[in-house]
Amino acid sequence: MSTSRPEIRVSGLHKSFGDNHVLRGIDLEIGQGDVVCVIGPSGSGKSTLLRCVNLLEEPSQGQVFVGGIELTDPDVDIDAARRRIGMVFQQFNLFPHLTVTENLTLPQRRVLRRGKAEAAKVAAQNLERVGLAEKADAYPSSLSGGQQQRVAIARALAMGPEVMLFDEPTSALDPELVGDVLAVMRMLADEGMTMMVVTHEMTFAREVADRVVFMDGGVIVEDGAPDRVIGAPQHERTRHFLSRLLDPAMAEVEEETSDQVGGSA
Amino acid sequence: MTDTEKTPLPPKRKGLTRRQKRSLSRGVQYAVFAAAVIAFGVTADWGRLQNQFAQVEIAERMFPDVITLALKNTVLYTVTGFGVGLALGMVIALMRLSSVGPYRWLAGIYIEIFRGLPALLIFIFIGVAVPLAFPGTEIVGGTYGKVALALGLVAAAYMAETIRAGIQAVPKGQMEAARSLGFSPARAMVSIIIPQAFRIILPPLTNELVLLFKDSSLVLFLGVTLEERELSKFGRDLASQTANSTPILVAGLCYLLITIPLGFVVRRMEAKAQEAVK
Repeated sequence: MSTSRPEIRVSGLHKSFGDNHVLRGIDLEIGQGDVVCVIGPSGSGKSTLLRCVNLLEEPSQGQVFVGGIELTDPDVDIDAARRRIGMVFQQFNLFPHLTVTENLTLPQRRVLRRGKAEAAKVAAQNLERVGLAEKADAYPSSLSGGQQQRVAIARALAMGPEVMLFDEPTSALDPELVGDVLAVMRMLADEGMTMMVVTHEMTFAREVADRVVFMDGGVIVEDGAPDRVIGAPQHERTRHFLSRLLDPAMAEVEEETSDQVGGSA
Repeated sequence: MTDTEKTPLPPKRKGLTRRQKRSLSRGVQYAVFAAAVIAFGVTADWGRLQNQFAQVEIAERMFPDVITLALKNTVLYTVTGFGVGLALGMVIALMRLSSVGPYRWLAGIYIEIFRGLPALLIFIFIGVAVPLAFPGTEIVGGTYGKVALALGLVAAAYMAETIRAGIQAVPKGQMEAARSLGFSPARAMVSIIIPQAFRIILPPLTNELVLLFKDSSLVLFLGVTLEERELSKFGRDLASQTANSTPILVAGLCYLLITIPLGFVVRRMEAKAQEAVK
């Protein structure tokens, strides 16, 4: 684990949607260059936590710092702060009316005010990085899910972020397309990018992550090295989740527990 | 459930099979249609109709003014009205989606009023009430300005609802993606959301253009000079001059000259939009 100042720091974070108390006091630090995978059952609040880190969801209580800037400060320039934070969505969210290259150049030009030539150069470099240089002029609808997700990653990278957030980046993909996206994420991790990844890909978590955080019921249950959290979980809830995830065919029919937190997975 | 009972086979029915019934039904429909066409053709007095509506020499006298003046004015009124309506409609749609309560209410009230009133009343209002209320003021562009304003006020109410629906039809993830890239809400709206919304609403907006095209005939209630006449007024004037209805028919055909191709374009766009969704 890195010893430098934490790139992401979350303290005392609560989030409610109406009566639905999704996050119940989260404290988390992610050091510069660290890769942290957040795992947990659906409804555990892991996506909400990720969306609170760039303030796509407004926390009900608590603080979020990224790169030393408090995002939860009401007077913060949130648009400026978000330029340092790349976000990759489960549903890719490419802009369908723009070509692949335009998807990468428009945000640079409108938000970072880069010139046409520079934006095009940065776009080409980043498409190269994700292995899609030949799709530069295609429209998103003509790409496979895996290609769209790699373009989405390139679009975020073109803004030069210091932190990348991934919200179940491979969950909407056909199984055979998952590998390409994970390979790009692994490359980023090797380059030293600070990454927070909500995922169900245990192999990725085990091999790439510096730390794995297991969440359930809106709290962090377990937080540690992948070998410990995935290999030798201390808590019954973690063991239960992992056994169902790693061997779904062996799971037994259970009573629905009413204290499960609903909302987005 | 333990054991499911099997549905018994339906009993064999006597008489026509399903297929036979279908073809009989279709045959009856064709027969009714053919009978209606024949009855119309036989009973209508074609000679008198032709005399009143299809006098070639009267029709010839209408050219070229019906195109160079009347159709030109109709198109001009429609396009300027559409432009005003689109600009105003966009503002009202954004007000309707605003987080500021009074803007939302104001937009809602505007839409309810101008969608509920006949366009004719708006024209009379613009023509009579505005000069009375603000004596000495002139609406820019004379009759052309008044028509653009009246048609625009009516069109804006419909277009605002269309535009709002279009904006809301753009998936939420688009705004989230834009915001997470550092776009401000306004910039995201202009660069990302509205361009996509317009793709969605192009067909209904074109329909609105067709409706406005017809509503432009209401200009005659403003009182127009000879040079400002559009198709309907032009046709009616000539019809009373010649005591013959042929000009009305010609004017009608001129409307169709524009609206039918427009309708075709709308269907093409709808088909294309369908394809893009897939």
